[in-house]
Amino acid sequence: MPSPIIHIDNIIKTYGPLTVLDGLSMSVMPGEKLALIGPSGSGKTTILRILMTLEKINGGHIEIDGEQLYHMQKAGGLVAADERHLQKMREKIGMVFQHFNLFPHKCVRDNITLAPMLTKGIARAAAEARAMELLDMVGMADKAKSMPAQLSGGQKQRVAIARALALSPKIMLFDEVTSALDPELVEEVLNVMRKLAAETDMTMLLVTHEMGFAHDFADRILFFDKGRIVEEGKPDDIFRNPRQERTQTFLRKVIAAGHRV
Amino acid sequence: MIDWSGYLGLILQGALVTVELTVMGSALALVMAFAAGLGRLSRFAVIRMLATVYIEFFRGTSIFVQLFWAYFVLPFAGITLTPLQAGVLALGLNVGAYGAEVVRGAVRAIGREQHEACVALNLGRYHRMRHVILPQALPLMLPTFGNNAIELLKGTAVVSLISLTDMTFQAQVVRAQTGSTLIPFATILVLYFAMATAISAGVRWLERRAARGLDGVRV
Repeated sequence: MPSPIIHIDNIIKTYGPLTVLDGLSMSVMPGEKLALIGPSGSGKTTILRILMTLEKINGGHIEIDGEQLYHMQKAGGLVAADERHLQKMREKIGMVFQHFNLFPHKCVRDNITLAPMLTKGIARAAAEARAMELLDMVGMADKAKSMPAQLSGGQKQRVAIARALALSPKIMLFDEVTSALDPELVEEVLNVMRKLAAETDMTMLLVTHEMGFAHDFADRILFFDKGRIVEEGKPDDIFRNPRQERTQTFLRKVIAAGHRV
Repeated sequence: MIDWSGYLGLILQGALVTVELTVMGSALALVMAFAAGLGRLSRFAVIRMLATVYIEFFRGTSIFVQLFWAYFVLPFAGITLTPLQAGVLALGLNVGAYGAEVVRGAVRAIGREQHEACVALNLGRYHRMRHVILPQALPLMLPTFGNNAIELLKGTAVVSLISLTDMTFQAQVVRAQTGSTLIPFATILVLYFAMATAISAGVRWLERRAARGLDGVRV
């Protein structure tokens, strides 16, 4: 039995008086594809942001690939991680955002090569060759020299996926990556993710409102509500036979809103 | 009959001094603007405080007083400057204080999502600023930098008060010697306006260059 690549132990996250995550614990196995679903404000996006070190935690521990994320060993004890430790840990994790967050002043190819060249010291030629491979994979090779402003939302998101992949993370986080897209552009992004899941053994965490995609894509579904995991299980179990009333209510609502399961 | 060509030559010599002051003063102002503007965004409280003190002091006192300090008071502290050095120092520090707020505002205007993308791509603080934030903030700074440079150009006239022979000083010399006000002052009016127009055009050119690609469709 391999050990989990992500182990979250009793984390607490508060914004002022509001408790977003209340003693949450969960584990993810290497290569696992996980979908986090639940009503907005349930804390699922917050988990991704915490794993990407975009938010600080107020309590608990996270272990990534056998190492503490927010803590480090010093003088025999655990202390809060410094920037250097965080930088080392971030190498293992990549993230794709709802609003793409491409760099508007750089062409598609340079968006992808910037971080590998700066953080890993990869030579320009090698970084560009890798960028072209990745662009080819996401079907954007012909747009390598385009600026982000010239692309559609779906194209931007495919570039953002390639950009995150360029750093070869072990774990990829997808935060509502199709929520900002026009409906007809959703499928091209989902296709890229399907391909990625089929061709790589990366661990993937996905926050989504696309229930049909979550069902097909994920090995395991976590249903969140009010900062806690209410129910988890295989996609068929969660979608066909949800045990908890809150899961049933949520699924009824999203199906009524037109999301296919 | 007055021989104007010699007098005009005098004014043109002054114009060179004015250009010199404007270019060197702007260069110093630019350095100070970035140093103090980024200093105010530092995570170290001491640096933030130093930057704030500099900005507030130089915005809060007049360029005239600053120039007299640089030229007449600093020698008491053992620092003797030529009129040109004192002029560049006072103008650069004064305008740099205004520019610092422009830098700070433009950097702050770049959205949080750009910073988050940098974290997710594991770019360090320096790389984030150098390769992602500043290239996007620069086009936002340029129009106001253009304003500041023109203000600096016009501010150079005060250096005539510390005996620097700039364009305004020479115009007064010509006026005293010829008794004509119209010709020397019409000449420097045109020259100041031409210089300001050149600054405007230069900044607009830089704006176009800096904005290239930011909105690929518009350019």
